[in-house]
Amino acid sequence: MAQAKRPLSPHLQVYRFGAHMAVSIIHRITGSALAVGAILLTWWLVAIATGHEYFNMVQGMAGSMLGKLVLFGITFALMQHFASGIRHLFMDAGKLFDLKANTASAKFTFVFSTVMTLLIWVAAYKVTGAL
Amino acid sequence: MADMNTPLSKVRGLGSAKDGTSVWISHRVAAIANIPLVLFFVVSFVGNAGKSHAEWVAWIKQPLVSVLLILFVLNFTNHMRSGLQEVVEDYVHSHGNKFAATIAIKFGCALIAGLSVFSILRIAFGG
Repeated sequence: MAQAKRPLSPHLQVYRFGAHMAVSIIHRITGSALAVGAILLTWWLVAIATGHEYFNMVQGMAGSMLGKLVLFGITFALMQHFASGIRHLFMDAGKLFDLKANTASAKFTFVFSTVMTLLIWVAAYKVTGAL
Repeated sequence: MADMNTPLSKVRGLGSAKDGTSVWISHRVAAIANIPLVLFFVVSFVGNAGKSHAEWVAWIKQPLVSVLLILFVLNFTNHMRSGLQEVVEDYVHSHGNKFAATIAIKFGCALIAGLSVFSILRIAFGG
């Protein structure tokens, strides 16, 4: 039985990509990435509990170029997920739904995470005396 | 041959589990609890950057620090479990893969919580 072609409901392709969409998918990506951070934190805690030799080995890996790159990425993921998570809590409470506030708050999460990530790393280097 | 299943048995288990709301709320509650815990974690790690093994042990041994670290681990593993579960439910559609991923998430989060809490306690109560 031939069926007339029915109109489909609009999907992702009809919307122009914007900050509000970016922040939404990045919230999920950073959340998933933080699972890697959770595994590394566990490893680090186990290392402290194991003893100073093993701890020094793990610290050495964390201090390597690759280690620092991963930790920098996790810092950014944490700050971005933190900011967009709070934005989501506001939306759960029914706020930030008008177009302007929605887009502005979405953009703000990226500014927040970028600034915080840099601040955290500069502060950490200052504490170690490397800066 | 006619199907021997009753109409009722064909639809059983296909509907909502009816506990979505409590999962949704507990995910948000954990998110709210994570705000101060993440701030504590970040400030502590920046403040202690570059410390030696002995210094980290001495820091974790403080009762307030041990307790906050344990609460942080328990809270973020809970938030992580429901968060990853939601991602899997949205993007993994085959029943087998979804089941395997769900089990992996639940076991993985339990393992992270168990190992981390044990390590913190061992540092806190160790000699």
